[in-house]
Formats: sequence, C-alpha cells, structure tokens
Amino acid sequence: MRQSTLLLLVLGIAALLAPLTGLYTLFLLKCVAFALFAAAFNFFTGNVGLLSIGHAAFFGMGAYAAGHVAKEWGVPTELTLVISLGVGAGLGIIIGGMAIRRQGIYFAMITLAMAQMIYFFCVQAPFTGAEDGLQRIPRGTLFGTLSLADDMTLYALVVVVALAAIWGLQRVMEAPFGHVLLAIRDNEARAISLGYDVKAYKLSAFVLSASVAGLAGGLKAITLGLASLPDVHWTMSGTVILMCLLGGLGTSLGPIVGAIIVITLESKLASMGAIQIGPLAVDFSTKVPIVIGLIFMSCVLLFRKGVVGELISAFERLRPRGRTERPLVRAS
Amino acid sequence: MLDIPLPVLLGQVTIGLVNGCFYAMLSLGLAVIFGLLNVINFSHGAVYMLGAFAAYLGSRWLGINYWIALFIVPVVVGAFGMLVERLLLRRLTGLDHLYSLLLTFGLALVLEGIFLDIYGSAGQSYNGPPQLDGLVDLGFMRLPLYRVWVVAVSLAVCVGIWLLIERTSLGAYLRAGTENARLVQALGINVPLMITLTYGLGVGLAALAGVLAAPIYQVQPLMGSNLLIIAFAVVVIGGLGSTLGAILTGLGLGIIEGLSKVFYPEISSTTVFIIMALVLLVRPAGLFGREA
Repeated sequence: MRQSTLLLLVLGIAALLAPLTGLYTLFLLKCVAFALFAAAFNFFTGNVGLLSIGHAAFFGMGAYAAGHVAKEWGVPTELTLVISLGVGAGLGIIIGGMAIRRQGIYFAMITLAMAQMIYFFCVQAPFTGAEDGLQRIPRGTLFGTLSLADDMTLYALVVVVALAAIWGLQRVMEAPFGHVLLAIRDNEARAISLGYDVKAYKLSAFVLSASVAGLAGGLKAITLGLASLPDVHWTMSGTVILMCLLGGLGTSLGPIVGAIIVITLESKLASMGAIQIGPLAVDFSTKVPIVIGLIFMSCVLLFRKGVVGELISAFERLRPRGRTERPLVRAS
Repeated sequence: MLDIPLPVLLGQVTIGLVNGCFYAMLSLGLAVIFGLLNVINFSHGAVYMLGAFAAYLGSRWLGINYWIALFIVPVVVGAFGMLVERLLLRRLTGLDHLYSLLLTFGLALVLEGIFLDIYGSAGQSYNGPPQLDGLVDLGFMRLPLYRVWVVAVSLAVCVGIWLLIERTSLGAYLRAGTENARLVQALGINVPLMITLTYGLGVGLAALAGVLAAPIYQVQPLMGSNLLIIAFAVVVIGGLGSTLGAILTGLGLGIIEGLSKVFYPEISSTTVFIIMALVLLVRPAGLFGREA
C-alpha cells in the first residue's frame, strides 16, 4: 500500500473516532486546522531542508482573507477556502521568489523578515481590525444550501478538506517531483548537474506549502470565527516549527502528532488553575510560553527526531535490515 | 514633499539616529556571534530585555544607580550568556545551525515568559540619571540630553568593538577563528574559550543596549521581540558576519526609517524590510558581505 493511502486511512479513522472521545468539537476543529498547518510547513522544511520562519504570514493572511470575504462579502464557505488557498499561494510566490535565491541561514532570515513585513502591514491595514482582529466570522453555508452552523457538519467539512490536502501533499512526495525534492535536499550540486532546475523545484514546493498553510489559516478562521494579529506574528511561525520538531520533522505523521500535542498542552495549561507543588502553589495558566519554550529547548537538546521520528528509529533498530535512516534536516 | 519644514526633517533624522544606535549595537552583537559561532542568536532580543530589566530591578531592589548599572549589568548578563553557551549551545556544535537557532528561540520564549508571568505586558518606567536630565538645543529641535548621551556611548562602543576586532591581536585570532576554527585551534589558541568569550561579548552588548534603552522606552518583557527581527534584517542587509556592515547599516536604517516617518508615515515600520528585499535583489550577499 502506498504511504499516502496508509496515512489517509490512519488519519481518517482517527478523525472518525475523535468525536466519540467526548472532547469538545471546537477543540478538535482547532487541532485539525493546526495539524494541516504543521503538515504544510513540514512539506517544505522537512523535504527541502530549508527552514522557513515565515509561515505565519501565509497562515495569518489566509485567515484574514477568509474572515474578510466571509464576513463582509458573504462569500460561500467553499469559495472562502479557495480564496485563502490563493492568498497563501500568491504570498508564497512573492516571499519564496525572494528567499529561494539564498541558502541556509539567509533563507531562514529572509522568510522571517518578509513575514514580519506582512505582520506590520496587518497592524496598519484597515481590513484586519487592528488589535481586535476579525471577530465573529460567520461559518456560512456549503454550496449555498448546507448550513455549517452545526458543529458536527463543520467538523465533517474541515476533516474532509484537511485530509484531502494532507493526502495531496504526501502523494506529491511519492511522485517524481517529490523524489527530485529529496535529491535536492540531500545533494543539491548533484541535482543541478543532473539537469534539474533546482530553483524552480524549490519555489514550487514553497508555493505549494504556502498555499496549504493559507488554507489552514482559512479553516482556522472559519472554525474559530476569529482572525487576529497573533496568527501573523513570528511566534506563530515558531509554534509551527515546534509542532513539527516535537512530532518529527520530515516524517509524514509527525507534524500532525506534534500539532495535537502542542494544542492539547496549550489548552490544558491555560485551563489549569493553581497546582500545589510542595509548598508552592503554581499557576500554570500564565506560564504557557515558559513551558512551550522549555519543551522547545529539550526537543533540540535531547530528541531531535521528535516523537514519531524516535518511534521510527526504535522500530528500525528492531528490524536490523530496515531502510537506512535519512537525516531529518540536511547537515551543512 | 517640498512643503516639509527643515526642522521637522532634521528632527526625525535625529530620532532615527537614536533608534539606529540600538539597531547597530544589537546587530553588531548578532554579527560577532554569527561570525565565530555560526549561531543565529534568537535570544538576542530577550537578552536586551534582560539588560533593561536588570537595570530596573537593580535600582528598585538594590538601589544600584544608573552609572553602576551601566557597567555591572552587561557583565552579569554577559556571564549568563557564557553559561548558556557552555551548558547548552556547546552541545549542538557540529550539528546543523538550525538547531542552535531553535534552541535560542526556545530560550527567548522562556526568558520572556518568565518576565511576562511576573510583570505582565505593561511597561515599567525607569528613570535615567539626573545628571543627564534636561534638553540640548540643536537649533532645529530640543533633544533630551540623555539621547545625545545614548548616541555618543553607542557610537563609542561600536567603534571600540570594531577596533578590537580589526586592529588587535585578540581580534586577529577572532577573525582567524571565523575563517577556520580548527586550524586556529591547531596553532595552540584556546578556541572553545574564545567562543565562550565571544558569545559573552555579544550578549553583553545587547544587555548594554538594554540598559541604555531603559530610560527611553518602557521596560517591558516583549520590548526586544520586534526589535530582534529588525536587527536580523539589518544583519542581512549589511552582510552576515560583517561587523562594519552591521554598524553602518544599523545607523543608516535608523535614519532612513526616521525620514520615512516624515514622507510616508504608514510605511515607516516596514521600511527596513522593503530595503532588505531591494538589497537582496541587487546584492544577495548584503551590502558589505562577500558572496559565499
């Protein structure tokens, strides 16, 4: 069975079972939107080996675009999502076209700075609602008939869209295009000498990743009814990096697992009251950034392969004749 | 464009120069650290904030005045930086530099998170030294004496660091280490110690900038967060690893940003990034960088 089919099956079953756990549907919706965002980020950074610190721009602008067209123009939901995908793609062409000219650290810093430019644009632009953001974004109707006001109907739509996108990204990696990407990551000089237009491949991958990130932003805006400045801020780019790193950068399931862990942790910590630890009462609800930062540091120092990556290597150690492991991020 | 009075123009240029001094000091530290360690120090903004808070807390708890803080805070925070380098960053040598970037990113979250938890996002005000109260009449505007002092100190420090790197034997080791650390080590120079000291120097510079900034801007946990990204852009424009590039670009961008406030205020916060994009299109290695 193809890995993409397997992934689709696993995620499909998980998405079907999730509502049975009794978790809030809104929480699940948030998990799905961020899982898609993490998968989009991983598609580029995990497979091309260049770190983007600018993906919040695509996510946030996707969310703003979706919020604006849904709220102000009453655009049907399916078109709203297409628009957020398009916004992500358009921005991806601009930022990617600029950043792809450079390698390694330069690439990371250019994406970061360009995304910050988008952030300042959003702070001042009239349609973003500044500090308040866009609130109470309507969920709208699907194909003009089916109302999405019901949580479960919306959940079904979001899951179908997200799974289709995640499957699509995985399928692209199995196609010749994806193999060329891996070849570029592992040995760019050789890929060039084989006649591949390396820049065009990198840019296509970046734009694809950016458009799916935009779509994820659109899903987030529709499901939570909110698009605001934190969505575009560079800390959001950091969060998505953390999700992928924690779950396993470069693996197909890792980013999704990582996203679910981070979202769960954030919401659990935020809702947790003061906890008695020895003589001290510690209130964790105000300490989310500290905990996230500590996890980040321990991920980098102790398990760089992430949860899924570590599991895969443990599995392969049991099977001595398994595939050789490939580096998650290209060594310089 | 011509109906803008000259005093307004000069006024904004002066204010831009003050901002440019902070850009220059932060970018210089980033450039020095990057040059020798190949580390993109994401905690640089948090360390700048730490410097400002150290000055504020020092005066509140220990009664340390501004002048003492100006010397002690960079040393203390720099020592903290050396500890971070020794205990954490060193474990990542030889790995892709993305990992050290992510480590310092996590550290920045922790540092800012701790201060956010204790002090919230509201700003604390810190009084500058009474000796520097008052205004200087520049003819076209009255500038607080303190800002003149900030410009003087940061220019002196930047020139001093530049001379240290370009004109002393210690600086020569440093530059040699940037080129080829293993070879320098083979010549009997203690490169690991040099790396620790360099990181301490960069962090100390950021902390010094924090102390200088404390009386001008509000002391608050996220004060370094957005400044950091500007400093990154400055380093990219100047050319990674170029000390002179970082200093000149920092000052220049501050002034250009000030000017853009006169001509088109809406664009002022994005000026730096637009310039970065333009520079990258024309000179991908940055203004003072060498193409790798």
